[in-house]
Amino acid sequence: MQSNRRVFLKGSLAASAVGVAVGAGLLTPRAVFAAWPEAAYKAKSVGDALQGAMGVGSAADSADVTVKAPDIAENGAVVPVTVEGKGAAEAIAILVEGNEMPLVCNYDLTGAAAYLSTRIKMGKTSNVIGVVKAGGKLMQAKKEVKVTIGGCGG
Amino acid sequence: MAGSIKIRASVAGDMAEVKCLITHPMEPGNRKDKTTGADITPKFITEVTAEVNGKVVLAGNMSAAVSKNPFLSFKAPAKAGDKIKVSWKDNTGESDSEEAAV
Repeated sequence: MQSNRRVFLKGSLAASAVGVAVGAGLLTPRAVFAAWPEAAYKAKSVGDALQGAMGVGSAADSADVTVKAPDIAENGAVVPVTVEGKGAAEAIAILVEGNEMPLVCNYDLTGAAAYLSTRIKMGKTSNVIGVVKAGGKLMQAKKEVKVTIGGCGG
Repeated sequence: MAGSIKIRASVAGDMAEVKCLITHPMEPGNRKDKTTGADITPKFITEVTAEVNGKVVLAGNMSAAVSKNPFLSFKAPAKAGDKIKVSWKDNTGESDSEEAAV
């Protein structure tokens, strides 16, 4: 236990050193990680979230995007979702309309295919939106998931 | 949090499907401890990066709306023997990374 604590302290020291370097402009955040777009993740509406995360405020429905999710999720804390787009894509994101803060995750793709599978939390029954960015435009597809027990808060 | 990531990758054609499982509480911070009534401190992964042979193929962000012990699967161009590296960082500054061969 003691040695774990040492390791943890060292780890957090190293992490803060990186933080200082980023703050001082020595490293661009891109080089380390994609900076967390706080405004996008705190946004309460789908449009604001998309604007913040992907630079475009609205997405057009498209048959080129598919969202795979269960019709009914008994446990809203773990909902498996797969978003897939056709062709090359620049970015991919998952949003949940009914969540207080709709944006779940967004990824910039630099080589990876337009495919993302993950597990998300849903507060209540609502649409899961898969968004794929290609050629500067956003395409989306929706899938309604009924949630029996909410997975946010509690 | 060393060893918090498990990576499995399988090749299909010129793409590899990479599946990774990260052990992390993904605590959103809006829950209260049921016995003490105290707020549970938020702790969730904010940033994830995946590299194939040192080249970033996927970089992005998560919110607390990703389930506990996040599962992430993506497809990237890779062949057998390529090195895949996945790293994460959470809102408390903690981080980990793991490398695996396809």
